[in-house]
Amino acid sequence: MAATTQIKQLRIATRNCGFIDPESLDDYIALRGYEALAKVLTMTPAEVVEVIKTSGLRGRGGGGFPTGVKWGIALSNKADQKYMVCNADEGDPGAFMDRAVLEGDPHSVVEAMAIGGYAIGATLGAVYIRAEYPLAIKRLRLAIDDARAMGLLGKNIFGSGFDFDIEIKYGAGAFVCGEETALIRSMEGHRGEPVSKPPFPAQSGYWNKPTIVNNVETFANIPAIILKGADWFSSIGTATSKGTKVFALAGKIVNVGLVEVPMGTPLREVIFDIGGGCPDGKEFKAVQTGGPSGGALAHKDLDVAIDYESLIARKSMMGSGGMVVMDEDDCMVSVAKFFLDFTMDETCGKCTPCRIGSKRLYEILDKITKGHGTHADLARLKSLCEAIKDTALCGLGQTMPNPILSTMDTFAGEYEAHVTQKKCPAHVCTAMLTYTIDAAKCTGCTLCTKVCPVDCITGTKKQPHVIDASKCIKCGACYDKCKFDSVIKL
Amino acid sequence: MSMLTVTIDGKITTVPAGSTILDAAKKLDVDIPTLCYLNLEDLRINNKGASCRICVVEVEGRRNLAPACATPASDNMVVKTNTLRVLNARKTVLELLLSDHPKDCLVCAKSGECELQNLAEKFGIRESPYDGGEMSHYRKDISTSIIRDMDKCIMCRRCETMCNDVQTCGVLSGVNRGFSAVVAPAFEMNLADTVCTNCGQCVAVCPVGALVEHDHTWEVVDALANPDKVVIVQTAPAVRSALGEDLGIAPGTSVTGKMAAALRRLGFDHVFDTDFAADLTIMEEGSEFLDRLTRHLNGDQTAKLPILTSCCPGWVKFFEHNFPDMLDVPSTAKSPQQMFGAIAKSYYAEILGIPREKLVVVSVMPCLAKKYECARPEFAVDGNPDVDIVISTRELARLIKRMNIDFAGLPDEDFDNPLGESTGAAPIFGVTGGVIEAALRTAYELATGETLQKLEFEDLRGMDGVKVATVQVGPHALRIGVAHGLGNARKLLERVRAGEAFHAIEVMACPGGCIGGGGQPYHHGDIELLKLRTKVLYDEDAGKPLRKSHQNPYIIELYEKFLGKPLSEKSHHLLHTHYFKRQRL
Ligand SMILES: Cc1cc2nc3c(=O)[nH]c(=O)nc-3n(C[C@H](O)[C@H](O)[C@H](O)COP(=O)(O)O)c2cc1C
Ligand code: SF4
Ligand code: SF4
Ligand code: SF4
Ligand code: SF4
Ligand code: SF4
Ligand code: SF4
Ligand code: FES
Repeated sequence: MAATTQIKQLRIATRNCGFIDPESLDDYIALRGYEALAKVLTMTPAEVVEVIKTSGLRGRGGGGFPTGVKWGIALSNKADQKYMVCNADEGDPGAFMDRAVLEGDPHSVVEAMAIGGYAIGATLGAVYIRAEYPLAIKRLRLAIDDARAMGLLGKNIFGSGFDFDIEIKYGAGAFVCGEETALIRSMEGHRGEPVSKPPFPAQSGYWNKPTIVNNVETFANIPAIILKGADWFSSIGTATSKGTKVFALAGKIVNVGLVEVPMGTPLREVIFDIGGGCPDGKEFKAVQTGGPSGGALAHKDLDVAIDYESLIARKSMMGSGGMVVMDEDDCMVSVAKFFLDFTMDETCGKCTPCRIGSKRLYEILDKITKGHGTHADLARLKSLCEAIKDTALCGLGQTMPNPILSTMDTFAGEYEAHVTQKKCPAHVCTAMLTYTIDAAKCTGCTLCTKVCPVDCITGTKKQPHVIDASKCIKCGACYDKCKFDSVIKL
Repeated sequence: MSMLTVTIDGKITTVPAGSTILDAAKKLDVDIPTLCYLNLEDLRINNKGASCRICVVEVEGRRNLAPACATPASDNMVVKTNTLRVLNARKTVLELLLSDHPKDCLVCAKSGECELQNLAEKFGIRESPYDGGEMSHYRKDISTSIIRDMDKCIMCRRCETMCNDVQTCGVLSGVNRGFSAVVAPAFEMNLADTVCTNCGQCVAVCPVGALVEHDHTWEVVDALANPDKVVIVQTAPAVRSALGEDLGIAPGTSVTGKMAAALRRLGFDHVFDTDFAADLTIMEEGSEFLDRLTRHLNGDQTAKLPILTSCCPGWVKFFEHNFPDMLDVPSTAKSPQQMFGAIAKSYYAEILGIPREKLVVVSVMPCLAKKYECARPEFAVDGNPDVDIVISTRELARLIKRMNIDFAGLPDEDFDNPLGESTGAAPIFGVTGGVIEAALRTAYELATGETLQKLEFEDLRGMDGVKVATVQVGPHALRIGVAHGLGNARKLLERVRAGEAFHAIEVMACPGGCIGGGGQPYHHGDIELLKLRTKVLYDEDAGKPLRKSHQNPYIIELYEKFLGKPLSEKSHHLLHTHYFKRQRL
């Protein structure tokens, strides 16, 4: 990352990443590691919950539910056994903040889970981690073993009488297994399918016991909050969203990678000041936040201060922090179709609207991108999106329509062009393209005739050439080959 | 228990905490459509899959719609069930289901009683907005008992709940993901190659035509039309308690007489009754029990107790798969259906003076496992089965309709003799607790030589999953266990395995016993319906002049003329069987 990118960043969750040897417990301790746990053990569980509540910390796994409130529910539910679960499934394509934390600072998560366990009255913890993260698994395992060897996990931690231990559970690699109820089913050895809420896991979760599921990044914030205080944390961010958020910048952006910025940072700063804008001088078109569950934000949204509410107000969401940047060459209908393709593959198939609806949404989008869409299709697309949002069982289905609804909203003209003029303004949807040769520019160099796989370009040397549109298969070879920019996409 | 006040469509009610919105709506007579929901509370099964989403309602203060079947009611909740938003959502859900569903109603076994079809009709769906959309395709899987046509499956998962939670057979579960998700056995094996017991409880709850019985009605029609065959029929006890439901007669009405009349109109040469064979079963099983008990009390190590009833083929296959170490515990007595077949093709064929091959034995059963049972190789002589064709109660109703018989207008008629007479001990074979009650009536009198004063063993009756009672038979205090539903049977058997002492145990695979069988008019988990059927059979028992199997004059005659005595060599040969170890997957 360029040096300037550090300026606007503020690292809390990733505070140690890159600064310590993640395989060294001593390194972590040297930076006040496990001090927060020691401190918490001198407080009552209710006091700990209160600190987290006051800090305003909200879940970083997508939903943004206030962490302290959730802990409070689990604390008040009496049970012979409770569980503290860390969600490290991270199935969102292009997201890798949780991996970065686990690979760069695993002890912060281990410490935070113990703190959470103490706060809610759980003696057992589990990290549900995707099996595709071997390095994160190795370091996490090492961290747990080292902590146990030092008495930071196990029986009677710091002589306080508090017992806590952590086991690792491996995810099967399905996106939906990151949904907390599906995650719990999967941990119990069942098919990873969500179940209807309420009851929420904090009431009845793993083996029907009160269970807190928190995201890796959520946990990573906790030791810092305990050490520096709730007021410090809540002084950062916006009215409703406190602290920082880690984003993964991807797509058409110069500085690809992770950034951690205070809540409330304007989108423009993240994309241009930190991200460096779009490469090759291309014009910024949109940014998809929240991965396949989110929506596309455009120019008009660039000065929005990023927080949970501002994104939802724009038919998007924070999600786990993915930011995929699109430039002028991206077709927004195709972008929506791309995300639908993902969710269609990842739906568990349990409930009707998501199982069949995702297929139908995809089919309609496909029809539009192939140039066969009608206004009736647009209307159907919209009403189906609304119905799915309203009826799907879990977050995956409920948010699946977001990429479509937000692009239909912000880029209505682009949908309209596909349907009415049968044109893709970004020239991405091949079916609607025509290649022609600008006679005024063509020098008759004949290069294009040599690359055309179907020999549909004719013309004599030094005379303008012509493409036979009825034979052209729209491969684009001539367009790429022509040195005089005389082949035009329409 | 704390009470919650709930307002639905402007009407107010109070329900106990823990109730769902659907429970509250029922109380207010507000009709909310459902597809995946199954009320199994009486069976102590919590079924809240909430997967179909047809029951969604608007809840004030909630962002999205809530599934009424799985959403707990809360105090001062305000619910709307028929707003435009709700109706549009339900219509979309239906349209989506139909878009992935073959439009096969004309050739579908469920047509007319299909819950999806009914809803499509109610919502006035006249065209599919997704025509041209891809459909999921799956091969058909045909076992002797059940046909699985997963193209029609709407993924309601009711079958899974029955098979896994109620029956603990674990055959059916969701496999694959997304659009290709399907309910199937592990490794997508065929049902016939699995531990499936053919109990048909999955069929009993499937809302559509994805799981149906293997229909054998045309085989019956063919046999009846064959001039070279003598075709006789037997009807199981539970059939008469439910047949009327499929023929426009109110649930809870006994149709024994009309059924006999209808079978005669269908053209059966002789109309007999499995009830006769039920009395015979009691003679054999009851004697076997007394024999084992006496030997056991005399210190004979080979005489194992408890004795387990063996008249339910679903249960038999279940213990063959799940308790292969205990194959010497069940009674060796065949089921009444197979006893009937064996006697018909020996004793009765002799009376008629015809070879067994000329005789066709048709069974009408509440049961799909009986279809499998009659095809077990040990129940055939030189390839000729003792029972040729089994049709279910539903199929009989279908045949009666096909042949234009005005069922409601039929007179009451009697069964034919000699295989049609029965005592009151026989009809109660169709309900949980009934077989053991019938056996105790006879065992008591055979063991003590005294007349039993009170015939009703109330402790063994009722819908509790596992019933345990101690019954005094002469000097012996007998500890009796009764289980219905295979999950309950498993629990009871595990108690036995763990060393708990019982003298006799009755098991029926289906909830409520055969009255809730997989071949009965669909019960869809409605326990109230099962109670009505139960009453029909107990009433029939109470109304009979003779109520103990050993009093049946035709049974006495059968022993005198043919079998000798219970457990005789001939009885052993014809009326007893043995069991096989089966794999566990
Ligand atoms: C389809 C789907 C996938 C999800 N995947 C993840 C995930 O990979 N990691 C995660 O932490 N939360 C994920 N969530 C959110 C979890 O359900 C849950 O809300 C979260 O783990 C709670 O932790 P938090 O409160 O700390 O955010 C997902 C939710 C849905 C609906
Ligand atoms: S919304 Fe999709 S992922 Fe969630 S339960 Fe329904 S089918 Fe499964
Ligand atoms: S786009 Fe491809 S097929 Fe069409 S004219 Fe150019 S080279 Fe030939
Ligand atoms: S399952 Fe129902 S809707 Fe489907 S074809 Fe059969 S009757 Fe028609
Ligand atoms: S018949 Fe019974 S055992 Fe077989 S699949 Fe159906 S419910 Fe399971
Ligand atoms: S087979 Fe029938 S009961 Fe089973 S999930 Fe499909 S529709 Fe439901
Ligand atoms: S209980 Fe009756 S209907 Fe059910 S499988 Fe057994 S014999 Fe058949
Ligand atoms: S009946 Fe409620 S979701 Fe299916």
